[in-house]
Amino acid sequence: MYDAVLSETITITGHEGDAIEAYSARPLTPGPVGGVVVLHHLPGYDRQTKEFTRSLAVGGFNAVMPNLYAREAPGAEPDDAMAAARAQGAIPIPDDRIVGEVAGAMDYLKGLSNANGKIGVIGHCSGGRQSFLAAVSLPLEAAVDCYGGFVVGEPPAGHPLQGWEPLVTRTPDLSCPLLGLFGSEDVQPGPAHVAELEAALKEAGKTYRFRVYEGANHGFMQVDSSRYHVQSAVEAWGEILGWFGRYLAA
Amino acid sequence: MCTYLTEKVAISGSAKGASGWFRVTEGSVYFDHPVHAPYGHTLNIDFLAPAQGPSARVAVELSAESARALMKAIEAVLDSAPPGLE
Repeated sequence: MYDAVLSETITITGHEGDAIEAYSARPLTPGPVGGVVVLHHLPGYDRQTKEFTRSLAVGGFNAVMPNLYAREAPGAEPDDAMAAARAQGAIPIPDDRIVGEVAGAMDYLKGLSNANGKIGVIGHCSGGRQSFLAAVSLPLEAAVDCYGGFVVGEPPAGHPLQGWEPLVTRTPDLSCPLLGLFGSEDVQPGPAHVAELEAALKEAGKTYRFRVYEGANHGFMQVDSSRYHVQSAVEAWGEILGWFGRYLAA
Repeated sequence: MCTYLTEKVAISGSAKGASGWFRVTEGSVYFDHPVHAPYGHTLNIDFLAPAQGPSARVAVELSAESARALMKAIEAVLDSAPPGLE
């Protein structure tokens, strides 16, 4: 069988027409195949999220992960880039910039010669919130929210997200089916937050599927972290590939 | 959870990184997920020299208990330093 995958650092056009670094991974097949935008977690555009992006390509999807800290720290090592972004007050990244980056990534994916035109989005941690943001802001075919914090819930006083519009209020704008993957031990999102989001999805008549993994905490898919929860992560991968396989098929 | 909260402080001194000593001008302090330390959350300190770029950085990730012990040690040493040296 021929199952070659090409993964490489590329440049795409992001928010406001800026050229930004991104990591691309795609199966070398005439397809046509769906595309997935990957939104990295707060620690950054790092080894494990690049591995995650490659795994989506192995799973049969064109994938691209914008470097969300490319403007703050071009060329820096991932943890230095995150630290620089924090020091510059750039974390959390403004929502309109995230939407612009995702829109640019979508254009890149749709322009690939083996693209079927269907695009999904996935993110972990802050990327999970941003995945939901993208899905209520842009026309997508599927979205996956992996333990995204502050989609629901009021940030505490002094928190950088305080005063930002709670994304859950935009649930009626969700453009696509949503897969939510959460850990039972997580506190943001905790069980009450997950329940509130589910209630909003039901009220809005949206297609969704939630899995809450027993014993898993925030970051349970993070392979380089002590938070990695192997059984939950393996099952979550099955859910992710199934979700995209279902909604990004030609 | 990702806490996002970051305390920034202007500092003056030097730090030794992978490429040797360099002057530092900023400190970032945050309690959030670590990159390397084997804990869910750590007290993270970045000693930075932004004018020299993102790689001019010395980073530590400490358990909360360690960070509090370090704070006490810092205060004890400064309090016991002979007067007039600061």
